[in-house]
Amino acid sequence: MGMTMTQKILAAHAGLDSVEAGQLIKCKLDMVLGNDVTTPVAINEFEKAGFSKVFDKEKISMVMDHFTPNKDIKSAANAFQCRTFAGKYDIKHYYDVGDMGIEHALLPEKGIVAAGDCVIGADSHTCTYGALGAFSTGVGSTDMCAGMATGEAWFKVPSAIKFNLMGSLGEYVMGKDVILHIIGMIGVDGALYKSMEFSGEGLAALSMDDRLSMANMAIEAGAKNGIFAVDDITRDYMKGRVNREYKVYEADPDAQYDAVYDIDLSAVKPTVSFPHLPENTRAEGDFGDVAIDQVVIGSCTNGRLEDMAMAAKILDGRHIAKGVRCIVIPATQQVYLDCVKLGYAETFIKAGCAVSTPTCGPCLGGHMGILAKGERAVATTNRNFVGRMGHPESEVYLASPAVAAASAVTGRITSPNEIM
Amino acid sequence: MKVCGKVHKYGDNVDTDVIIPARYLNTADHKELAAHCMEDIDADFVKNVKEGDIMVACQNFGCGSSREHAPIAIKTSGIACVIASTFARIFYRNAINTALPILECDEAARDIDGGDEVEIDFDTGIITNKTKGHTYKAQPFPDFIKEIIAAGGLLNSLKS
Repeated sequence: MGMTMTQKILAAHAGLDSVEAGQLIKCKLDMVLGNDVTTPVAINEFEKAGFSKVFDKEKISMVMDHFTPNKDIKSAANAFQCRTFAGKYDIKHYYDVGDMGIEHALLPEKGIVAAGDCVIGADSHTCTYGALGAFSTGVGSTDMCAGMATGEAWFKVPSAIKFNLMGSLGEYVMGKDVILHIIGMIGVDGALYKSMEFSGEGLAALSMDDRLSMANMAIEAGAKNGIFAVDDITRDYMKGRVNREYKVYEADPDAQYDAVYDIDLSAVKPTVSFPHLPENTRAEGDFGDVAIDQVVIGSCTNGRLEDMAMAAKILDGRHIAKGVRCIVIPATQQVYLDCVKLGYAETFIKAGCAVSTPTCGPCLGGHMGILAKGERAVATTNRNFVGRMGHPESEVYLASPAVAAASAVTGRITSPNEIM
Repeated sequence: MKVCGKVHKYGDNVDTDVIIPARYLNTADHKELAAHCMEDIDADFVKNVKEGDIMVACQNFGCGSSREHAPIAIKTSGIACVIASTFARIFYRNAINTALPILECDEAARDIDGGDEVEIDFDTGIITNKTKGHTYKAQPFPDFIKEIIAAGGLLNSLKS
């Protein structure tokens, strides 16, 4: 029986000729990732279990991105613990304030992950690297600990849902709108335990930044991973970043899928997820009149250069509405530097935005933009659960950078088509 | 092994942000985490929960973040087992890896109400609702996962 892309990568990393959905396997890992929230728990377990070495110091990444630059003494202690461990074991890919970025923007940008890899990360949005054609999934700190010590992880081989993409996106429509549209269609558990596999002629119209933001949110449909077929756009992106051989896997023509959806990209409209679940989507025309207090443009979902470019295009020559706070967070130092060089940073500041060093900060209600009781935010982040960005009675509306920037200008949830 | 306790009942899509809000993730201390367990959807949970109680919820329990702080907070609060119709996959993994007992049983999840007294036999997967006089049968774990749980979590199973 044919295998999906994910099944082929898993089989290869388990040393098997073939695998089938439901099979329990042990895989060799190409990268094990953690951040300043999840790594301390993994280190505690590592030390408690009495491990004295890591499996490969070049195949572990630690990125201090959630509560950094440290917001309080406790988070500083967590980063200190990670820094000390990384120093002791000479971890190659340790990134701290000054060279860190949000992990899921940073690892692809630096070429640390590549097509065909098998990656686990103690962060649910580790599924982002599926955009490169890798198998990549979020796990907890204990799995991270076991991965660091043994270089292996157990998996149940997932079945898959295929998304056959066709057409191309409208002018102010982004990958974020596509993935919100899909989550609205299948629900927050619509792909539970499964792979979401994206392919079709519509791929040619999706940039890497679009794909990264789509794969990033596969977890919001409950998926184990999201994965994109590899094409010239993927290869061009990896060129000059990935300094090692990588392997491209293709789904077998007779691979089995639990469901196949055709997605016409040209029919996708600017889409917003209303509180308190990513599946509560509404398309342009159905936004109603929702006044907002804050806008956040950034995160592992939408803090990349194209996201910044789109926001700058909309904010250029305009000003944030009175009474609205707009926080722009380029996801990596490179994106930040490009924003400065390309004039986006100036555009943001003149428009009245606060521009921050990279951090996950407000996305998870950590710091750098917490909401008060009753406040509403439009955010390019990935979750709008109760209390996600602050007070349990605050609200988060998920949107693309285009919708977020347009909303910042008007002070209510607004389609970019309305003001451009 | 059997446990018996009073039920704390929740609905669909109980996410990790309500199990343990990220504002408390600046610590990995188990007791501190447990002190804030469920507070955004059930402010009285921490006050009411007793050692050995059972948590029951519906679809997609534990969706969202990969934070292991979530099963840690639930376990340290005193909960002896979580029963749900389905679990989000990272939470499912984390619960097994950290030896928090969980059971998938849609029938039990739909029938059991908050405050019911429920007994769970982990050897047979039989859940008995003593308040209503109903019994339900949970999905058994595959042997591989049973071994991890029996060893007391993933790291203990790796060592043995």
